[in-house]
Amino acid sequence: MQTIAVIDYGMGNLRSVVNALRVVSTKTDEVVLTSDPAQVLNADRVVFPGQGAAGDCMRAIDQYGLREAILSSARQQPFLGICMGMQVLIESSEENQGTDCLGVFAGQVRYFGDGHEDRSGVKLKVPHMGWNRVQQTQTHPLWHSIDDGSRFYFVHSYYLDAEDETLVAGVTDYGFGFTSAIAKDNVFALQCHPEKSADAGLQLLRNFVNWDGRA
Amino acid sequence: MSLAKRIIPCLDVDNGRVVKGVKFVEIRDAGDPVEVARRYNQEGADELTFLDITASSDNRETMVHVVEDVAAEVFIPLTVGGGIRELADIRRMLNAGADKVSINTAAVFNPEFVAQAADKFGSQCIVVAVDAKRVSAAEEPGRWEIFTHGGRKPTGIDVIEWVRKMDAYGAGEILLTSMDRDGTKIGFDNELTREVSDAVRVPVIASGGVGNLQHLVDGVLQGKADAVLAASIFHFAQYSIGEAKAFMQSHGIEVRDD
Repeated sequence: MQTIAVIDYGMGNLRSVVNALRVVSTKTDEVVLTSDPAQVLNADRVVFPGQGAAGDCMRAIDQYGLREAILSSARQQPFLGICMGMQVLIESSEENQGTDCLGVFAGQVRYFGDGHEDRSGVKLKVPHMGWNRVQQTQTHPLWHSIDDGSRFYFVHSYYLDAEDETLVAGVTDYGFGFTSAIAKDNVFALQCHPEKSADAGLQLLRNFVNWDGRA
Repeated sequence: MSLAKRIIPCLDVDNGRVVKGVKFVEIRDAGDPVEVARRYNQEGADELTFLDITASSDNRETMVHVVEDVAAEVFIPLTVGGGIRELADIRRMLNAGADKVSINTAAVFNPEFVAQAADKFGSQCIVVAVDAKRVSAAEEPGRWEIFTHGGRKPTGIDVIEWVRKMDAYGAGEILLTSMDRDGTKIGFDNELTREVSDAVRVPVIASGGVGNLQHLVDGVLQGKADAVLAASIFHFAQYSIGEAKAFMQSHGIEVRDD
């Protein structure tokens, strides 16, 4: 019996995240969609999703009064950031003419850029949309039973450029290798959508709901 | 390159039931969207597109329940099209568990709707569906126009100008259907697909005309499509998604096969 809080700050469709967590957790576990800081802090584990633009996300976090709760839980409970929920954990993003973010990780979120190309000069579409491989760059409990190089579903135009390479947990190639997963103590965050990544994604969420928060 | 080209089965739904024949021997009810979606997911479909062809707006709510039921069990991206005319329609579908909505006629009549939708919900969930018909003579360079009403009504809008505009307005993806090829089984209009794919920054899904697996390969290699959408070749169990992927892979196309 445990409570898994999915932080709802009005940014995007969270139903799939909740659905997927319900599928991988036990019957007595409670998955709650919440905007209440106290409920976030009291949960056994926290999922921090998000879609849309970084500027809107940061504004929404403050409008909902969730900044402190997010920062505290990122120091305490097993904490999973997904997509925009990963990007705003960094110091700042290039999006919306520069957006100050939460600073849990050192580094920047950058735009793939118009005219993005692969190494042989072939145009790459932005957003990076679809199934791409995640190379696991460290062993981590959240990679348990997931083959290295498994494909996950991505949809994003900005990517994370982490300063501390030792924290990078996964790398994905799109013109160049970018950080698709990052981990530090009780926090694990990824750019792709595990709730939309079929078996590999469900396995990652299963690993998360069983994780003790230690790398 | 390690991003896979996507294969997307498209299901027509009328009053909550899958129509236009889905023949899987193992499933009990081929009209049940959840059973069909589950089956395509097991076969390795990369996404699913549901097209609501319900004529009566009274029955629109039925589609919301279909999306809810599918999204509770099938964990791959779901796109819903058909009858998306207002921001409220989009919100309803996303809340039900759709990941993207596809906007067609409403975009043609009011392009600002696409900008508003992208601004409100994010480009990642806004697919603009484009019904294109060739208007150039056979010996001329290709030129295509947007048509509405199932390809019957011309709009005078040039397809290349239109997709550039939709890209600029915040479309996250273009679902491109050749109305000349739709239902013909002679393959995509690859010249059209390539011109559109070259004209925009965002991914392009090729649609209309698939009759065999070579057509899927041609759509990617000649048409430069980022994803291929097909209905009948999968519904009638002519080919499985797995066979389609194996065939594409044997032609050097990267697919999700794990």
